[in-house]
Amino acid sequence: MITDVESGTPPAPPTRSAEPLLRLRGINKSFGAVQALVGVDLDVPSGQVTALAGDNGAGKSVLIKCIAGIHAPESGQISWEGKPVHIRSPRDAAGLGIETVYQDLALCDNLDIVQNMFLGRERSRRSTLDEEDMESSARDTLAQLKVTTVRSIRQPVASLSGGQRQSVAIAKAVLWDAKLVIMDEPTAALGVTQTANVLELVRRLADRGHAVIMVSHNMNDVFQVADQIAVLYLGKMVSVRPTADVDRQIVVDFMTSGVSTRGTGSQPPARS
Amino acid sequence: MAKVDEPTPSPEPAPEAEELSSEAASRATLAVSPELVAGSVPEYLRVSLARIRAGETGVLPVIAGMLLVSILFRSQNSQFLTARNLVDLLVQAAVVSVLAMGEIYALLLGEIDLSIGFVSGIGGVLMAELVKPSGLDWPWWAAIALALLVCAVIGALQGTIITRLGVPSFVVTLAGFLFWQGVLLKILGNGGSVLINVSVINDIASGNLTPIASWVVMLVIVGVFAIMTWRRDARRRTAGLVAPPQSFTALKIGTALAGAVAIVLLCNTNRGIRAPIRGVPWVVILVFGVLAIWTFVLGRTRFGRYIYAIGGNAEAARRAGVNLPRIRTIAFTLCSFTAGIAGVIYASRLRSVSTAFEGGTLVLYAVAAAVIGGTSLFGGRGKALHGLLGGLVIAGIANGMGLLAFSAASQYMVTALVLLVAVTIDAVARRGRVART
Repeated sequence: MITDVESGTPPAPPTRSAEPLLRLRGINKSFGAVQALVGVDLDVPSGQVTALAGDNGAGKSVLIKCIAGIHAPESGQISWEGKPVHIRSPRDAAGLGIETVYQDLALCDNLDIVQNMFLGRERSRRSTLDEEDMESSARDTLAQLKVTTVRSIRQPVASLSGGQRQSVAIAKAVLWDAKLVIMDEPTAALGVTQTANVLELVRRLADRGHAVIMVSHNMNDVFQVADQIAVLYLGKMVSVRPTADVDRQIVVDFMTSGVSTRGTGSQPPARS
Repeated sequence: MAKVDEPTPSPEPAPEAEELSSEAASRATLAVSPELVAGSVPEYLRVSLARIRAGETGVLPVIAGMLLVSILFRSQNSQFLTARNLVDLLVQAAVVSVLAMGEIYALLLGEIDLSIGFVSGIGGVLMAELVKPSGLDWPWWAAIALALLVCAVIGALQGTIITRLGVPSFVVTLAGFLFWQGVLLKILGNGGSVLINVSVINDIASGNLTPIASWVVMLVIVGVFAIMTWRRDARRRTAGLVAPPQSFTALKIGTALAGAVAIVLLCNTNRGIRAPIRGVPWVVILVFGVLAIWTFVLGRTRFGRYIYAIGGNAEAARRAGVNLPRIRTIAFTLCSFTAGIAGVIYASRLRSVSTAFEGGTLVLYAVAAAVIGGTSLFGGRGKALHGLLGGLVIAGIANGMGLLAFSAASQYMVTALVLLVAVTIDAVARRGRVART
């Protein structure tokens, strides 16, 4: 089993329970001859942002798709709130409270913000759509998340900036009572200001008690919001540590070579 | 221990963000429906004007086009704006308008249905055959019901082929266009036409309500509209949502009332040449009924919402759990069903169906009417109202040029130009729009 030595001591603050929201143990997944994930272990606690870093092809996407129910792992165990679960479809994931915000956001440009946030789960009253109820809930959710740059929640998504769209996609996940929000490169297409806004939003999500997994290449983003940083290298989880215990260089070492000889006194696992 | 100096840029976007968001806010104002941001009637008008300048023209181009066409024809022929001709125009527009309201279901999905012209012919001829006294002699209502049902089944069949087998709608409905044309000719057989002698059916297009009944029906319709509008705006106000001011709600209702009064006054004017003819034609009520129901279905139900969602981003709709094949098939079914209604109106107006039935021209007029009215061919944008308005423009051109004794050849050419101008106005206006759509 390849795991970081420090992952035995969860970096959670003392107020949190010892049981993480999501626990992965020994997850294997291969596509034909390619072993995409090799015995991956990961603990994702509530109220924390877990950054998932790794070079292209390291298995980040495969891992989040295993959690989101798009791929089924071949072996290994997934525990949700302490109980073993099988996530076979996105519907299963949504049923548990796992929402994924993909890079393309999946918003309809011609619909407004409320319509997008409720798409597929509209509320109705006597068989007609209850626009007032949906609009109130959408407004409250956006207000809780302090998404205030949007002038009206009845404007079509086509008129929003990239950051605002990302905020809407995240708010949609929150509206649907996600306990775990998975985000795939949420800041990849954004400018400086919008990136800052989205990262603040990510932080706020964790502070409200949601667990967040954020896939990112961007070390600035990772160090700005993450509580713990997990690094995949060629399908193996080579390091899971609190952000405070690593620095950029160490993470980059893990991403590029799977080992780091610098810094923190931890013993990185040798590659087999 | 290892947190060395990070080159992370300190998150201090405050001043810039302020600037950006105020700019975004002014942009957003343009994109929002005006009643949601305006606090008073003058402000509402100001916001509306800003929206128009930004390219959110809505149905304005088609209204302007109608006015232009009216003035043009009136200046050439004083007959054009008489009560008789305008009511005739409403009746003439009915077939294309209803057909266009059906086509909008396909267009909203980003698809097209080329078959509905001949499908409406099938509906018309089936009804005519069923009520024939020498034949089956069915009661009129049963004949209409079966004709509409058959049209709906045709739509469901084509929709199933499109969605389950993944054949492009263009090809499937092009095949439908040819096939149903063949079926139509087969049914008509050697005689070449079926006459209709059932007065109820013929009255759909040529009968009128009595003037008193016209007023009553009008008042009921406006009353229902007023109550629904008032209650919705009041609910928004009590829910603490942005709502139009009461004065504006009243203005909206007042405008609807004025429009309805104008139509009834027009229709109640005697327009007979020998015997007096007064009252609102039944077909006008029917067309408004189709408009009201499809507007409700598209705007206020889950099914309608999903049609827009699929037209905007099918993948997003799929991930949101929308059953795409089901919604698409139902949309094609409703499209053909509406075509059936148009076919009944067509047969009623001519009191027969014959081999002269121009299903090809009709379907192209239906697409043109929807587009002239403001519906996008790329999906996701459009309303039932667009079909009605576009149908009126197309019928207006045919009517006016007929009065001026132009040939069919020039009518086609002028209709083509209007279509081109309508789409160009929309494309140019949209270039000024704040964001891509």
